[in-house]
Amino acid sequence: MAIESEVLVIGGGLAGLTSALAAARAGADVRLVSAKQSTLRHASGLVDVLGYTPDGDGPISNPYDAIPDLPDDHPYRTVGAETVREALALFDDAVPSYRGSHTDANALLPTHGGTVKPTARYPAGASAGVASDPRETLLVGFESSVDFDALRAAAHLDAAGVPFDVRGATVRFPGDLRADAKVTRYAALLDANREVTVGGRQRPVREALAERVKPDLGDAERVGFPAVLGDDDPAGVRESLGDELGAAVFEVPMGPPSLPGLRLEDALFDALDDAGVGIETGNPVVDFDGGDAVERVYVEKNGARIPNAADQYVLATGGLVGTGVDSDREGVREPVFDCHVEHPDDRYEWFEDEAFGDHRFPRFGVSTDSGLRPETADGNVEFANLRAAGSVLGGYDFAAEKSGGGVSIATGYAAGRRAAEAVR
Amino acid sequence: MSDSRHSEFDPAVPETAERDPPGDSVVDGENPDLRPGADSCYKCSTCDTSCPVAEVDDDFPGPKFQGPEQWRLKDGDDSVDESVMDCSNCMRCDSACPTGVPLSQMHNTARGEYVSEELSKLSVEYVRDRLLANYRKSAWLASKVPRLANAAANFGPARWLAETLLGVTREREFPEFATETFTEWWAANGGAAGSKERARAARERRGEPADAEKQVAYFHGCYAEYNTPEVGRALVRVYEHFGYEVVVPQQGCSGTPMFANGMLADARRDAEINVSSLSDLVDEGYDAVASCTSCSMALRQEYPELFDIEGIEDVAANTFESVEYLRVHEDLAGELAEADVGADLAAEFAYHAPCHARNQGLDRQAVELFGDLDGVGVEDVGDSCSGISGTYGWKAEKYETSMEIGAEMFDHMEAADGETGLTECPTCAMQMEHGTDYDVRHPLELLEAALVD
Ligand SMILES: Cc1cc2nc3c(=O)[nH]c(=O)nc-3n(C[C@H](O)[C@H](O)[C@H](O)COP(=O)(O)OP(=O)(O)OC[C@H]3O[C@@H](n4cnc5c(N)ncnc54)[C@H](O)[C@@H]3O)c2cc1C
Ligand code: SF4
Ligand code: SF4
Repeated sequence: MAIESEVLVIGGGLAGLTSALAAARAGADVRLVSAKQSTLRHASGLVDVLGYTPDGDGPISNPYDAIPDLPDDHPYRTVGAETVREALALFDDAVPSYRGSHTDANALLPTHGGTVKPTARYPAGASAGVASDPRETLLVGFESSVDFDALRAAAHLDAAGVPFDVRGATVRFPGDLRADAKVTRYAALLDANREVTVGGRQRPVREALAERVKPDLGDAERVGFPAVLGDDDPAGVRESLGDELGAAVFEVPMGPPSLPGLRLEDALFDALDDAGVGIETGNPVVDFDGGDAVERVYVEKNGARIPNAADQYVLATGGLVGTGVDSDREGVREPVFDCHVEHPDDRYEWFEDEAFGDHRFPRFGVSTDSGLRPETADGNVEFANLRAAGSVLGGYDFAAEKSGGGVSIATGYAAGRRAAEAVR
Repeated sequence: MSDSRHSEFDPAVPETAERDPPGDSVVDGENPDLRPGADSCYKCSTCDTSCPVAEVDDDFPGPKFQGPEQWRLKDGDDSVDESVMDCSNCMRCDSACPTGVPLSQMHNTARGEYVSEELSKLSVEYVRDRLLANYRKSAWLASKVPRLANAAANFGPARWLAETLLGVTREREFPEFATETFTEWWAANGGAAGSKERARAARERRGEPADAEKQVAYFHGCYAEYNTPEVGRALVRVYEHFGYEVVVPQQGCSGTPMFANGMLADARRDAEINVSSLSDLVDEGYDAVASCTSCSMALRQEYPELFDIEGIEDVAANTFESVEYLRVHEDLAGELAEADVGADLAAEFAYHAPCHARNQGLDRQAVELFGDLDGVGVEDVGDSCSGISGTYGWKAEKYETSMEIGAEMFDHMEAADGETGLTECPTCAMQMEHGTDYDVRHPLELLEAALVD
């Protein structure tokens, strides 16, 4: 016996979550198993589809127009531009708190480093910050939160030639939090609008924060804070800060650990719950039984191996960061099913000498047939009922192209749909 | 206990490369140094975002500091930072870390060192913590005179004294002691021999071979023994229904409250008893099952991380949470789809997943499993920690933090349709009852109601 389902998705990142959702919405009985928390917690929470070409040209204004010119083995070419569109429609439906669906064009969002980034979907909380908006802007950093230097970010944006006036200010977060307070600490305080002590007096934290910002406000019509404005109720936090300040409030996406990434993860898990997907996180899939097809996989818990069986499988275990692709001095491998990963035998060909050179290792990953089934070195399908999605796929460099979220959603969607079709 | 017993403690080999592929936190057994684990921390701070204490307590520096940073800074005689006593041992940080840093092992080890080397054995804190950690002892005593104990424990002046003298919060109701312990019931029902008979009869009824090897050893832990024997009885009945012969081996406390209070020598003493009796049974082909998720967590993960006892790895690899085990070996979903529950159990449940179930990948199990059961709705009340964390919420100075952590769960419970709680963990159940006045049941009780006539 084993724990059974029609479709089993391995990996709980953006690709796995999308693929489980797509399969469940197509009518399949789906389970998802994932080892650890996904790279969403490290990502900014922005969903990039394609910001630059593989050659580094850009920013691209319309990603769909650029897809036909990508290299043949790029995952977007495998699934096609129309599927990318459908996949994003599924995402928009599942995560209504995101913006950007009104246009095919990329939006430009300011980042915490003061650059401007082309992205396809962004949290509602970031939307008042878009760089094409001419309103005068104040960026606010907190003394205790060193990850966001508002003055420097403002200077960078200014130097980048944004079409608005921008200033930075640093304030002390009311209540004098410890120097290394966690993002969740700010968020929990703001969510509940808890009382903090300011000048010997107890005051609700949202009001007290707005008071601290007011002296720097000037004529600014919008105010950007680091992305710590609430976890359960970010919209409520922004609204009350905005009311107090008389200006629009937005969040600047931050580096890891990222609250917008966490919120996105929560929203997707909720959508999976609503779709009736069984979810199990915390332990890795370590092994499988099967020949031409996968029969069952084993989830390992401290030496105990729990069998999970399904008709169709989706491998969405991530790339080098998510541990779906593993490398050592000997070579590069996909550790669960030992699918083939194309790479030069000579380790010195994996990378270039210059730090920002055209390295090969970011593109390492499994290659697939047109149905996203991983292929062996000589081009045969590895297993009849296994598909791969997300950054376990080779042929693209998400960091250089700014395509991570989009590839995960598009290939996750395609793999999930196909898996569901195969069991129906 | 003398101090020398404490210094006997040495952490065994922690995480192995096989278990957590990306981490290389291997420690050699002779030199119990956790630095290799510390060095695979790249300070992404992901663990900090999953810590329920850091979220509400500004004095707590968080898991990244308690674990890898502390072990990296600490060389030789540096003392352990006392903030490690504010960690509730929920173990959430463990599953957060992308590179497999053995955080809770580091916390447990640091706490052990702090208590044995820095905490005065005469301090109120030490005495109180030791009492709480060794709950089994007081429970054993109380169970001899349950009615008297129940009356005394919740007698106002006694509680005032407990708070004033011992720092045990007066806010909480002491758990009620059952008039018949689980093992008294077990003995009265024929013990292992009785179970064998009933299991055989069940196998016959189910058309399974009479000599099928279906044998489990039940680790009931302290709570099902003294406070909620109905959970233990439900386990036995459900397992026998599926044709399993149950045995109840000699056992001590799982050690969970002792790890959390840095009483590692106490924990080792009981671990030796448990590993010894369970590993004999594992050798004979039994699997161990536990109804409390903190007990299964301790046997599966904390034991091999902290102790080097003969047979410990085998026991860990053959221990399961009781419902999980049935899901793997039986068509539990199929039987449930055809069952319904009588009117004695409420139709809607507000389910809370204990942190220690989460780490075993079981946080969605109840929702998934009972989804197709007629007449029952199970609603997950969200992923917040309940806040009680075993003995944590019993300490007067931690009570407020504990309730603040739990606030989110209380709100979600109130918002859920059901007015009955559901959870696998007895202390989470205590917190759920305390925060909402709901009655709380265990999934095994629901299984019993659905499957056993
Ligand atoms: C620092 C950083 C910043 C980024 N910023 C952005 C950004 O701003 N915009 C953007 O669009 N993209 C960004 N990305 C990229 C984007 O996050 C990823 O491309 C995308 O989310 C990858 O999703 P995935 O599901 O393929 O893999 P992952 O998110 O890596 O998920 C893989 C999952 O599989 C699990 N897993 C691995 N092995 C096993 C196993 N054996 N058994 C079970 N489960 C397993 C892992 O625990 C994990 O949950 C960023 C990435 C990083 C690292
Ligand atoms: S999650 Fe792991 S790697 Fe990241 S800071 Fe915590 S211990 Fe270090
Ligand atoms: S065990 Fe829980 S309370 Fe302790 S540091 Fe980790 S997450 Fe925080």
